[in-house]
Amino acid sequence: MQSALISLLNGVTYGLLLFMLSSGLTLIFSMMGILNFAHAAFYMLGAYFAYQISTYVGFWPGLVFAPLLVGVVGGLVERYGIRKVHRYGHIAELLFTFGLTFLFEEIVKLIWGKATVDYRIPFSLEGSLFTLFNTSFPVYKGFMMLVSVGMLVALYALLTYTRIGLIVRAALSRPEMVEALGHNVPRVFTWTFAGGAAMAGLAGVIGGNAFVTEPGMAAALGPIVFVIVVVGGLGSVVGAFAASLLIGILQTVMVSIDYSVLDIAREIGVKLPPEAALTRLSITQLAPIMPYMLMVLMLIFRPRGLMGARET
Amino acid sequence: MLRLAAAVAALLCAAPTMAQVKVAYIDPMTGPFANVGELGLRHFQGVIEKINAAGGVLGGQKLEVIAFDNKGTPQDTIIVLQQALDQGIRIMTQGNGSGAAAALLDAVNKHNARNPGQEVIYLNYAAVDPDLTNSKCSYWHFRFDANTHQKMEAITSYLANQKNVKKLYLINQDYQHGHQVSKYAKDLLAKKRPDVQVVGDDLHPMGKVKDFSPYVAKIRASGADAIITGNWGNDLTLLVKAARDADLNANFYTYYAGGIGTPTAIGAAGVGRVVQVSEGHINMSPNRSLQYALDFKKKYKTDYYYQRINTEMLMLAKAIDQAKSLEPKKVAAALEDMRFEADGGEVWIRKADHQLVMPLYISIFAKVDGTDVKYDVEDTGYGFRTLAVIPAKDLDVPNTCKMERP
Repeated sequence: MQSALISLLNGVTYGLLLFMLSSGLTLIFSMMGILNFAHAAFYMLGAYFAYQISTYVGFWPGLVFAPLLVGVVGGLVERYGIRKVHRYGHIAELLFTFGLTFLFEEIVKLIWGKATVDYRIPFSLEGSLFTLFNTSFPVYKGFMMLVSVGMLVALYALLTYTRIGLIVRAALSRPEMVEALGHNVPRVFTWTFAGGAAMAGLAGVIGGNAFVTEPGMAAALGPIVFVIVVVGGLGSVVGAFAASLLIGILQTVMVSIDYSVLDIAREIGVKLPPEAALTRLSITQLAPIMPYMLMVLMLIFRPRGLMGARET
Repeated sequence: MLRLAAAVAALLCAAPTMAQVKVAYIDPMTGPFANVGELGLRHFQGVIEKINAAGGVLGGQKLEVIAFDNKGTPQDTIIVLQQALDQGIRIMTQGNGSGAAAALLDAVNKHNARNPGQEVIYLNYAAVDPDLTNSKCSYWHFRFDANTHQKMEAITSYLANQKNVKKLYLINQDYQHGHQVSKYAKDLLAKKRPDVQVVGDDLHPMGKVKDFSPYVAKIRASGADAIITGNWGNDLTLLVKAARDADLNANFYTYYAGGIGTPTAIGAAGVGRVVQVSEGHINMSPNRSLQYALDFKKKYKTDYYYQRINTEMLMLAKAIDQAKSLEPKKVAAALEDMRFEADGGEVWIRKADHQLVMPLYISIFAKVDGTDVKYDVEDTGYGFRTLAVIPAKDLDVPNTCKMERP
């Protein structure tokens, strides 16, 4: 019971963290159809900007200004980069953002050096929030969860209940019609991209000191964010949220199970050859690959994802 | 931009040194491990400057290190080895990644077999795979770092005296190095402390885990009072941070807590929790290299971490002088059984497998206090305090090398 509760708590925390990391990508992918490979680079920029700002005026101004700065960079990238390559199709956009990642990484190395920078959690967020069965729960994790939920609510409300959201969604499926009604569709896309980049930046501000701020952090973010988007489903912010929680909880629970595939097969009365390497793997070892297995299965059986509005 | 400009200016102003003895430094200079490669290079530059200032080798010949970027991969290692050979370099040194090390060793062996009279020597300063001095041992390879087996021998010797340690947890990266750490930990502990129960033995994929909380929850549930891990980089940092977050009060016995960026990233989370095994550290006592370390930091703006790089180059210089030759075959013969007073105590190179045997220091991450912890690492305000020194004679572990001599 104790360990189940702690597992559940850890799972929800991890799930919310995953949503925070992937929400910017979800927004851009859902609303513009662009698989933004530079997402991780914006995430890294957010962390470095916040670090730089925090050395002058502390963490809190960084929390506000770093994402805004990253948003500006994102807007410029869309206006002078993506819009130009857009006419050559999705592959060109994908390659463009892919290349940007390398560019940003090298720029970061030139400015801040190759070593880890000392970007710390602010003193006011140190310490423990509460204690559950002798396991303390840090304040900063609570703060991350709060921001993650805040991002979900803000994004959902913006897209569903506001006029901007209405235009953004309409511009995705009927750009000519929206344009004919007098809206500047390219500008809508610039704003959307800038918004997605800013969200990635915000994730960087918060993830940068929870994890490690170094030039390798973009690469370390890894493909997990794409898994969230695919499993959650194209065009669905709530889907991405559900996918994050699902993956977070499943993975955490799997880590805590020490049985091997062989043990489980024996329990249910199936005989497996004990010498096969695969059957000796423990569930713990399988946990980190679970999200990727889930993505493959999802693509095979339900390509539109958990709550996707259309096929990927 | 300023850094770039400064670098260009430095290149333009530096008078070309006409080095007669070139050492090829084959390690990542670009890519995710470029920071590690750069750190190693600075250490080589530092010690070579020291050797040259003292008159170089063979009565006045100067040493020079030339960096070759292998991007950390075995494939590129082979390519840059060829470039080094084409430049006539006959002393190679490498350290990062046992995969690259194995590829380099294999290529060096083949080159030497095919080109008698043109042999090259491979000085390894950090690849710790025990196989390199056991099943794969070679006359042309010398290892100046303690291997996984020796380091675990040191950790378990220390744990043998820690009577409060009753339950041990192993958590490692799921690749060769992690597997070896886990295996040696279990084997050696069973001999020295059969009463210690191994309550967990987890493997996780390298560099893929974002949140170690579930692993830490498992460690807590197991009741472990000590954890051994071969993890390095972010896999170590995030593990320790998760342990701090959950208030897990057990020590982490690590191989790489002092590695570049790790002390900065771990910060307060590691204090009184993270223990490392190493050939020494700046707060060891006595510290013969203290002045060198302080000068090094002033000049290169980075900590003097790789004491073994100094050991390697100083022993090489001594061997060249003893052999009165730059011929790798003769230098290798002079290195065998050589004894040397290194920073951390007397060391020697075993003739049987070309493994350096050295004392190892067990030290714990602590706040600078002006006495035991006089100097910090990476300007963090935290440094290492010696818990124990394991004498070299205890680390003269058995080997299975059947060396073919030329």
